[in-house]
Amino acid sequence: MSDLLNVSSNPHIRSKTTTSSLMFSVIVALLPATGYGIFHFGLKAFYIIALAVFTAVCSEKLFCIITKRKSTIGDFSAIVTGLLLGLNLPVSVPLWIPVLGSFFAIVVVKMLFGGLGQNFMNPALGARCFLVISFASIMTDFSIDGVSSATPLQAMRAGDSVNLLDMLKGNTLGTIGETSALALLIGAVLLIILNVIDVSIPLTYIGTFVVFMGIFGGKGFDAIFLTQHVLGGGLILGAFFMATDYVTRPITFAGRIIYGIILGLLTGIFRVFGPSGEGVSYAIILSNLLVPLIEKVTVPTFFGKRGTKNA
Amino acid sequence: MAKLTFNGGIHPFDGKEMSKNIPIKAVNPTRDLVYPLSQSIGAPSKPIVSKGDYVLVGQKIAEADGFVSSPLYSSVSGTVKAIEERLTVSGKKEMSIVISNDGLYTESWAWEVKPYESMDNSEIIERIREAGIVGLGGAGFPTHVKLSVKEPQKIDYCIINGAECEPYLTSDYRKMIEAPEKIIEGLKIYLKLFPYSLGIIAIEDNKEDCIKVFKALTKEEPRIIVKALKTKYPQGSERHLIYAVTGREINSKLLPLDVGCIVNNIDTVISVRDAIFEGTPLLYRIITLTGNSIRNPRNYKVRIGTSFLDLVEENGGFKQEPKKIISGGPMMGIPLFNLDVPVTKTSSALLCMTDDDVMEMEPSECINCGRCVQACPERLMPKQLSDFGEHGNSEGFLHYHGLECVECGCCSFVCPAKRPLAQVIKSMRKMELAKKKR
Repeated sequence: MSDLLNVSSNPHIRSKTTTSSLMFSVIVALLPATGYGIFHFGLKAFYIIALAVFTAVCSEKLFCIITKRKSTIGDFSAIVTGLLLGLNLPVSVPLWIPVLGSFFAIVVVKMLFGGLGQNFMNPALGARCFLVISFASIMTDFSIDGVSSATPLQAMRAGDSVNLLDMLKGNTLGTIGETSALALLIGAVLLIILNVIDVSIPLTYIGTFVVFMGIFGGKGFDAIFLTQHVLGGGLILGAFFMATDYVTRPITFAGRIIYGIILGLLTGIFRVFGPSGEGVSYAIILSNLLVPLIEKVTVPTFFGKRGTKNA
Repeated sequence: MAKLTFNGGIHPFDGKEMSKNIPIKAVNPTRDLVYPLSQSIGAPSKPIVSKGDYVLVGQKIAEADGFVSSPLYSSVSGTVKAIEERLTVSGKKEMSIVISNDGLYTESWAWEVKPYESMDNSEIIERIREAGIVGLGGAGFPTHVKLSVKEPQKIDYCIINGAECEPYLTSDYRKMIEAPEKIIEGLKIYLKLFPYSLGIIAIEDNKEDCIKVFKALTKEEPRIIVKALKTKYPQGSERHLIYAVTGREINSKLLPLDVGCIVNNIDTVISVRDAIFEGTPLLYRIITLTGNSIRNPRNYKVRIGTSFLDLVEENGGFKQEPKKIISGGPMMGIPLFNLDVPVTKTSSALLCMTDDDVMEMEPSECINCGRCVQACPERLMPKQLSDFGEHGNSEGFLHYHGLECVECGCCSFVCPAKRPLAQVIKSMRKMELAKKKR
């Protein structure tokens, strides 16, 4: 044995939480929604998700090899991105869509900007928006086996009624992962209990959205109407799993509150005044761009700043 | 007002169970004793003995050099072997007085002991200075300087810091259990110095038995209260302790006395009491010897100058090969590459760990999770500060109040990407402070 002992700067103990353990928790928390999506939409949903995850991991690995970087797939974040993208696709898409989407998410949105931690936009949502703009008809086709009908938000726009219980359970149309509010909330509660996310963003986001819809939604503060809007579309999935994405949300507490409010307002504007009736994805990626500004104006007051002599 | 806690902070594994229930044991040195001349903040002491001199226990061997400086005393009887550079806890060689122990422990001091009530305040402070007492919590600020307040009537609180928030450390706990009356006697000296102040004994609520003991002992004391603080690291940090018990906040530019507070560590108060009540200078420290490579973790009463190696040998050697040895606690302690360094006035523990978490961890990219911001008791943004540090961006570092950092290490502890946040901020801070001095 050498006479010299290890030395390194303090602290000499560290918490057990690691980047991979956090990402793993997110994957586990998404499993109820994933499971329900496959159950509800069938085996093809499984293929889509599997392809999205597989492509995401392979793209990242390949990117690391080509650019001669240390492989970063061990942090599981590529799996999270692939999974989120898969959950954000309608089941009717051709199978090259998840492949292209995941490749875009990982290579263009994430790795080209420096990899995990440096991307300024949520990779899965960046890719989804890319796909929606490029392949609008494919990405908005929510039919199952060629039988088309309306998503809850489309139905509400048309003035039809939607069954609330179906929305909660997820027995409606939409992207693979967004229909079951219940499955998503189970995962969200898990993330909150495990201290992976806190409720500041989801609460301010949904709260602001509800108030906005109450004022501008055209039906006033009608409880059923508002609940339908909260459960409909990608709001629950977005608010709990994508707006809370560490990399692309403000780091300060006050910043998160502002971020949540902006998200709520944007989503409301897009849903009420926009052409498609859906707006969560765009609201989130737009707000992602505001994060550096929000962080700049919400630097916390340091301890003792208010301290004065002989208080 | 008093919140009994602060925002931020962490709850690490506390490891105190290992050593807390075993009484303090005195241990005598077998090797030469080494007294580094610089054991406190301020100027190093000036040696007043030379090679070959015979010294007794309690004999002054170096005197203070200026006001912010402190004298040193021999803790054994024996011969001065050398005055030379010796390896210290800091990892550097520092000028030290080396004394070879004759094993007789012949005592010499003969300070007159008077009831403190009859002593002048200036006389008390002079005695404290003469006894070589410095802040024993770790900072090592000379106590007489702290107590030399221009307007003593403006001090509202004398706070005894019994938080002991560092994991694994139990020396303050043992002292509170074994000699609570000494702490109260010491505090009464403070209350005499600051006639309008209230004495507060602040203890974290994981030491319920201590809180009970002190509550019982101070029932009849109108000027002493006991406060139970919520257990959280770094509750023992001076700024956060003051905030927890008084609601007053200070920053890096203010001293506790600016908000009417005097804060002293448990052992400092006991040393003050011993200097006044028994007329003894600072000769001993209570050291927690602990960690999972230690055979029998416990607290030792150690003569200052003793080699840490003596302590481990007295304990029967290592149970398991240690990977990392720390002087102090796991959060703020100093790692040693060699065990043969002396116990000084500011030593508090020797922690011997079989695993080195930190060396095995590979830092990865920051994922912006915000845990460091949440944990920072100073409400800073460690992520940003360490970015500025890595890029040498001094302007950004100062703009984000990097100088306010108390180096508690919470940010590094919580970081899931295992980034060395505290380390980077600490070195940047050092550079900025050095620039300021120039």
